[in-house]
Amino acid sequence: MPVYALNPGYKGERMDRVENFHGNQIVYVGWDEHRMFCAAKAFPLPPSMPFAAVIENIMPEAFGQHPEFSQINWETAEWLLDGEPFKPQLEASLEAQGVGHKSMVRFKTPELQGFQNAGV
Amino acid sequence: MAAKKLNIKDKYRLLTRDLDWDFSYEDRKQAFPYEEFEGIKITDWNKWEDPFRLTMDSYWKYQAEKEKKLYAIFDAFSQNNGHLNVVDSRYVNALKLFLTGVSPLEYQAYQGFAHVGRQFSGVGARVACQMQSLDELRHVQTQIHAMSHYNKFFDGFQEFSHMHDRVWYLSVPRSFFCDARSAGPFEFMVAIGFSFEYVLTNLLFVPFMSGAAHNGDMATVTFGFSAQSDEARHMTLGLEVIKFLLEQHEDNVPIVQKWIDKWFWRGTRLLTIVAMMMDYMLPNKVMSWKEAWEVYFEEAGGALFKDLARYGIRMPKYAETIEKEKEHISHQAWWTFYTHGHAAGFHTWIPSDKELDWLSAQYPDTFDKYYRPLWELAKEQEAKGERFYTSGLPQLCQTCQIPMLFTEMDNPNQNSMRDSVFEDERYHFCSDGCKDIFDEEPEKYVQSWLPVHQIFQGNCGGPGVEDVLSDYYKMNVGVDNMDIKGSPDEKRWNEWKGIA
Repeated sequence: MPVYALNPGYKGERMDRVENFHGNQIVYVGWDEHRMFCAAKAFPLPPSMPFAAVIENIMPEAFGQHPEFSQINWETAEWLLDGEPFKPQLEASLEAQGVGHKSMVRFKTPELQGFQNAGV
Repeated sequence: MAAKKLNIKDKYRLLTRDLDWDFSYEDRKQAFPYEEFEGIKITDWNKWEDPFRLTMDSYWKYQAEKEKKLYAIFDAFSQNNGHLNVVDSRYVNALKLFLTGVSPLEYQAYQGFAHVGRQFSGVGARVACQMQSLDELRHVQTQIHAMSHYNKFFDGFQEFSHMHDRVWYLSVPRSFFCDARSAGPFEFMVAIGFSFEYVLTNLLFVPFMSGAAHNGDMATVTFGFSAQSDEARHMTLGLEVIKFLLEQHEDNVPIVQKWIDKWFWRGTRLLTIVAMMMDYMLPNKVMSWKEAWEVYFEEAGGALFKDLARYGIRMPKYAETIEKEKEHISHQAWWTFYTHGHAAGFHTWIPSDKELDWLSAQYPDTFDKYYRPLWELAKEQEAKGERFYTSGLPQLCQTCQIPMLFTEMDNPNQNSMRDSVFEDERYHFCSDGCKDIFDEEPEKYVQSWLPVHQIFQGNCGGPGVEDVLSDYYKMNVGVDNMDIKGSPDEKRWNEWKGIA
């Protein structure tokens, strides 16, 4: 049952429909096993944004404060899109490669173990 | 001559059960329209045992006596500048968290109990809920009065009610109660009366009240004492509700179990802020969160669930996950607030070396391995003059609304992430517990007012985060927030105490 309600057929208002974000969609980005950032971060991005722009502009804003950030090798980073293995196409838009509204983009940097190699 | 006073037994009967009446020309079901849609079956309300054994006139008399004593102490506290007796200015931040995060829940509890106190068709339950409703109103008032003295001397107290409705982390306690209050009356009673007031209450009030006692805060301690006998009554009501529901009909058992699973999980997620308060915000520690969890849930709660087993009730789902998380959540939560100290309505800080050692001793299996390195990094950054305030806004859990800060218990370096797709839209959760709650009633939780998304939708002012903080949240930016080091609170405290 989708809800236990007094009246049958009750529908709740979807608070985060993509239409509410003024042409943007929400994309979450997370750097695995780097707990300096307590959680993945949320960004409102145009669906037409190429993935290269995410790496060039969004990643430094999200994770640039980390002492290891400058050492990230984006060539060898391993990616997950909504829990599935994913190979970003740099020139393609988010939309064209399946990064949708409220998609979760995670990356792992196997050669970087975090501050003091402690996953921080 | 006839006796002028009723004997106690007659008085009790006339002022409780006799307040009900039969409906001769109205349909009883229409008078109590909320009683059936949850699927709970009540066969005989007369089996309800009044948990309080108290009539309204004695209730007013007892409460009035308590109020007189309480306010006499508040007056003395105020006239003697009681705030100067707290251990240091860091302690007061625990009170700011309490006033913005917990006191407004007392108000929501008042509203919730008033509502169900109208909706049950059994008069015994109605009278009990009415009294608890009044207690909760008294608690919010006395808490506000206890803390109003601090508001004269410290920052961050001034807009607690406004903040509760808007601030990103306060949406966690707020939405918890909104969820319970928008449920049916029986779920509300299992959620608040039983799971919160009975099973988990000792993990909320004991830490704050003992914390006050250990840190020289007489005002809050006195409030705690004044509320204690009320809380004891609330616990008996919570237990009576569960036993009554389970004894009324066997079909109620799976429904009650589902609610216990849900509200135990929601409650423990909410208590994350208490965990952090105990381990990090109290300058004089009472006990660690881990120890509190062991004493008040694993031992006391374990015995309770053994007792309920005869009704077919088992331990709440995911209790074993929480048992592992007790080693982690306080550290993860304080790190979250420390790194978002620019957006919090209170001050944050790096624990002192002595406190770091205390944490190592309390958490020998996790602190040095996972959490001390965070503070080493914070110290390095601070020494460079780059006190770490994280950029951007965090991803939130759709159910509990906490930033997705919890980690996998089989790999505590990795944040725990779950998701569900409902009607073509994706929703994210911090845990299996929160995902299960969404999946059971997605139509309810699609309505979550997630502060981060609301900011991006432009519903909280802006455009910058600082505008949201100052204009929409009404925080006094640069005064209420940021590190305790260099704060006006700290500066004033040092002047009062003659600390150079």
